[in-house]
Amino acid sequence: MNGKITKTIAIECLRYDPQTDAAPRYQTYEVPFTDEMSVLEGLQYIKDHLDGSLTFRWSCRMAICGSCGGMLNGVPKLSCESFLRDYYPEGVRIEPLNHFPIQRDLAIDQSDFLLKLRSVKAYLIPEAPKPVGEGTFLQTPQQLDDYYQYSKCINCLLCYAACPQYGLDRDFTGPGALALLHRYNADSRDAGKAERMELVNADEGVWGCTLVSYCSEVCPKGVDPARAVNQNKVESTKDYFLRFVAPRRSK
Amino acid sequence: MKTYMRPMAGWWRRNPFYLWYTLREWSAFFLTAYALVLLFGLVQLVQGEAQYAAWRASLATPGALLFHAAALLLVLYHAWTWFKVMHKTLPFVRVAGRRVPDRAIFAAGVLSSALLSLLLLLWVLA
Repeated sequence: MNGKITKTIAIECLRYDPQTDAAPRYQTYEVPFTDEMSVLEGLQYIKDHLDGSLTFRWSCRMAICGSCGGMLNGVPKLSCESFLRDYYPEGVRIEPLNHFPIQRDLAIDQSDFLLKLRSVKAYLIPEAPKPVGEGTFLQTPQQLDDYYQYSKCINCLLCYAACPQYGLDRDFTGPGALALLHRYNADSRDAGKAERMELVNADEGVWGCTLVSYCSEVCPKGVDPARAVNQNKVESTKDYFLRFVAPRRSK
Repeated sequence: MKTYMRPMAGWWRRNPFYLWYTLREWSAFFLTAYALVLLFGLVQLVQGEAQYAAWRASLATPGALLFHAAALLLVLYHAWTWFKVMHKTLPFVRVAGRRVPDRAIFAAGVLSSALLSLLLLLWVLA
């Protein structure tokens, strides 16, 4: 910590110990801070100086690892790019990301998302294998633009915490995984669309979305997952009707 | 592993964004109700002149006026939110190889809808 500390801020944390607590409780810490301190640094101050038992995830401190997401005053945010000064003097309440089971304190169990991420086949499935000797795949700037914003997802799960449809029905594939699905479907090098459409068309697919669009609002990377999901409602509709005029490609 | 799942009850009240979303969804209910009232008027018209006149008289009651004022406000809000998210439901729109900005799609939607409503109003009044 640099600079002279003259102010303190109240940080209220959700606490939950699975071994002793039946339900979560809240604990408030008075944390001295300077203007350049992030909310994550506030949590680290608590852990180092006030209460070593506070559990939370973090890694990169620069909004690229996607580990430190939490509900800050009820809004899904990365705590590393949120600043304590913006919550002064009222203080900030930190809770784990909504719609996920709490493992302990601010740490959630994200395994449901990891299974979904696996299910969307978020990798290139080329038409035919291309040996390295034949060179790289070429793309025009427009072909890159078709998927680039969706490739910026860092799996931070803020969009899942923003999505009431996922909270109400955890079978819904959800914004992040569907955005990554679209990232590959929209890629000119990819030929795996037919395999992924089954998931897009399913009850758990894009039709679980009611375009609340809060996911796009909270996304720290400008991915706009609501857009990816809703572009696929068009794709899903086309896929449904086109089978009457053109047979589906075999998988 | 034991975990704790927080309940969803009252989720729509927890964040202003959800409150506006809930209002948007309810506005569709008012839109439907308005369409049904109009449809009922059409049925009354088929029934005869007296029935149609009675229906028109029923529209002038304070309750009906209040309903129509509320429906108008909610339909306007519904239209606004509809255009706000319209760009998300479209494939990327490109003109001369450049992506049309989302704001332009929103403005085009609002302006064309306002213009069409105005023309319709003038046609009805004329």
